[in-house]
Amino acid sequence: MGKVLPLGGNYAVAYAVKACKPDVITAYPISPQTTIVERLSEFVANGELDAEFLHVESEHSALSVAIGAAAAGARTYSATCSQGLALMNELLYIMSHVRLPMVLTIVARALSAPINIWNDHSDFMSVIDSGWIMMMSASNQEAYDEIMLAYRIAEDPRVLLPVITSMDGYIQSHVVEPVEVVDDEDVISFAPKRKSWVTLDPDKPVTMGAVGDPNWYFEFQRQLWEAMKESRAVFDEAVAEFSKKFGRDYSAIETYKLDDAEVAIVGMGSFMGTIKAYVDRARKNGVKVGTLRVKLYRPFPSEDIVRALSNVKLVGVMDRALVPGSPTGGFLHSDVACAVRQAGLDVKTLGYIAGLGGKLLTMDNVKQMVDILLKYKDVKEVPKEPFFIGVRE
Amino acid sequence: MSLPGWKQIPLGAVILKPGNSVEYKTGEWRTLRPEINQEKCIRCRTCWMFCPEGAILEVEEPYKTQAGKEYRLTYKVNYDHCKGCGICANECPVKAITMIEEAI
Amino acid sequence: MSRFEIRWHGRGGQGIVTAADLTATAAIKLGFYAQSIPTFGTERRGAPVIAYNRIDRQQIPERSPVVEPDAVVVADPHLLINPKPLGAGLKSGGYLVVNTVKSASEVREFFKRDDIKIAVVNATKLAMDVLRAPIVNTVMVGALVSATGVLTLESVINAVRDRFPPRLADPNAQLIKQAYESVKVE
Repeated sequence: MGKVLPLGGNYAVAYAVKACKPDVITAYPISPQTTIVERLSEFVANGELDAEFLHVESEHSALSVAIGAAAAGARTYSATCSQGLALMNELLYIMSHVRLPMVLTIVARALSAPINIWNDHSDFMSVIDSGWIMMMSASNQEAYDEIMLAYRIAEDPRVLLPVITSMDGYIQSHVVEPVEVVDDEDVISFAPKRKSWVTLDPDKPVTMGAVGDPNWYFEFQRQLWEAMKESRAVFDEAVAEFSKKFGRDYSAIETYKLDDAEVAIVGMGSFMGTIKAYVDRARKNGVKVGTLRVKLYRPFPSEDIVRALSNVKLVGVMDRALVPGSPTGGFLHSDVACAVRQAGLDVKTLGYIAGLGGKLLTMDNVKQMVDILLKYKDVKEVPKEPFFIGVRE
Repeated sequence: MSLPGWKQIPLGAVILKPGNSVEYKTGEWRTLRPEINQEKCIRCRTCWMFCPEGAILEVEEPYKTQAGKEYRLTYKVNYDHCKGCGICANECPVKAITMIEEAI
Repeated sequence: MSRFEIRWHGRGGQGIVTAADLTATAAIKLGFYAQSIPTFGTERRGAPVIAYNRIDRQQIPERSPVVEPDAVVVADPHLLINPKPLGAGLKSGGYLVVNTVKSASEVREFFKRDDIKIAVVNATKLAMDVLRAPIVNTVMVGALVSATGVLTLESVINAVRDRFPPRLADPNAQLIKQAYESVKVE
C-alpha cells in the first residue's frame, strides 16, 4: 500500500489533495504556499486530476469563488497564508456561517510589517474565531494525512464546517523528508465525497447567505457553537478509522514523556520535534520534562489537555504569534491557562514567545525554556509576562 | 410573535422556500398610490423597468383607447406589494401615472 | 551509521538547495530517514545561501539548523575570505568539502585545524566545461559522497535522474561521476 517518496510539505499536501479528487481549486500564489497550487495546476494540466482550476485575482476572490463552489456542492480546495489569509478574512466567516464544507491549507507565515515571508503562527492565530475547524501538523507525513482527515470531517453531515489544515512555512513546506503516499483509491475510500444536505441547484432553488436580522442571527450563532462542539466526536472517529486503515495514530493532542513529568512544554507545529529531541537529552540528565503538542486547535481539546497535564507542577506554553496587550501574550497560552483553570487544576502556567518571523528554535533556546521551568517549578508566583525566547536584548 | 428556536431552523440560515417574499405584503407601507391612466399610457414599459419592487404588472389584456388605438397589453399595479414610492409616476414619459392619497 | 549532518554554504543561483534536496532524496531512496532544510532569503542570485541535511536510521524529530555538522560543503571559493562561519561547529574528524583551485593544505591554512579532513575539487571548472555555467551543485554532491562515503555514487546519480529530464540529468550525472573521481582528500 502506497510508497515512500522524498517530499517537501507542500508537495505532500498537493499529492493528498489530488487523491481527494476536488472538483474546484481556487488559487492565488503567495510564499511559502505557492508550490501547493502550482503542483495542483500541473496535475490538472497533465490530466492526472479532473478539476476546475481557477486562477483568481486575489485571495479575497479565491475564497469568494470557493464559497460559490462549495455552495453548489463541489468538493473545494484552496491554500494561502499571511497577508493572503488576512485578505480572505471576511469570507472565512461566511464560509463557516453558511455551513459550507471545504478544505483550506495555511502554510503558516508571519504577518507584515516589517515584510516577512518566513514562518510563525501569526496568520493561523488571526482566524481562530472564524468558525473553522483548525488543525496544525508537525511533519510532512502528518500534513499529507491531514488533508483526507479534513475532507472526511468537513463533509460529515453531523459537522458541515470548513476545515483549515496547517503546516509551518519553509521548515515544513520546503523541507524534504520521507512521506508515505497512499494509493489514490485508498484515500478516496477513506474520504468519499459526500453531498451536503442542501446545495445551489436551479431545479430546486434555495437562498444562501441572506440577511439574518436580530430575530435570527443569534440563533444561527448558537447552532455554530453546537456544530463545532459536535465535530470533536467526528474528529475522534476519523482518526480512529485512519489508524485502522493506514496504521498512523493521531489525536487532538500528542504527548511525549509526560507520565512522570514535573514540568512540561506545550506548543504547536514542527518546533515540537526539536523540543522532543531536547527532552531526550534532558531526560538523560534526570530532568523530568515532557511535551504536549496541540494538533487540533478548534474545537480546543481542553479535556485532553487537562487530563495530560494533571500531574505536572508547571507548564510552559510556547506561542509562535504575539498578541500584544493580551493577558498572556499568546492565544495558545490563554486557552491552555483557561482550560486548566476551568478544570480547577492546581497547575501553574507561564508563557514563551518564540520563533517569530522565521527565527528557528535552537537547542540552546529549548534549554533556556526548560531552565526557566526548573527555576519556577517550586515557586508559588510565576511571571505573568511571557519570556521572549531568542530575541536580541 | 413566537419564532422557532435554534434547533428548529435550517442550518446556516439557508432559506428553503424560494420566492417567499411574495408573502410579505409591503402594500400597507403606502401613503400615496399610483394610478395608471390607460388612455394616456403608451405601453413603453418604463414604469415596469423602474419599479424597485416589481409591483408593476404587465398583463395580456387588450385595450382600445377612445381615439381608437388598440393595445395588446395593459399595465397594472400590484397593490399588495407597491410601497407607493412614486418612481413610476416620476419616470413616466407621458405623465400617465398619478400619485393619489389613499383615504383610509 | 549513526546520525550524519551536513551544512551547505553557497550563493543564490549555484543550486545549493537543490544539492541538499538531492542528497536527502538519495538517502531516503536508500532507506534512510533524511531531511533537507533550506534557508530562504527573498531569492536573490548571488546572496549567501545555507542549507542543511540530516541523515539517520531513526526518524528525525529536530527541525532546527544543524550546528555541529559532520560535513560542511563550500560551493563558492569566495566564501573562504571569511572562513569562520564555514568552520563553525564542524566536528572533530569531520569533513570540509570545498570548491577551489587551491590544494587541501592551502585550504587548511584558512581554518588552522588539524582535526578535520579537507577535500578539494575544482567544481567551477568542471561545471563550466560541461554545463557552460558555474552551477556547481551536482559537482559538490559528487565530491561530498566521494570524500565522506556517506552515500553511494549510484544513489545520488539516481536522485538526479529522478528529478531532472535526461537533457539535464545526463550532463549532471557525468559531473557527479567526474567530481567523485577527481576530489582530493587530505
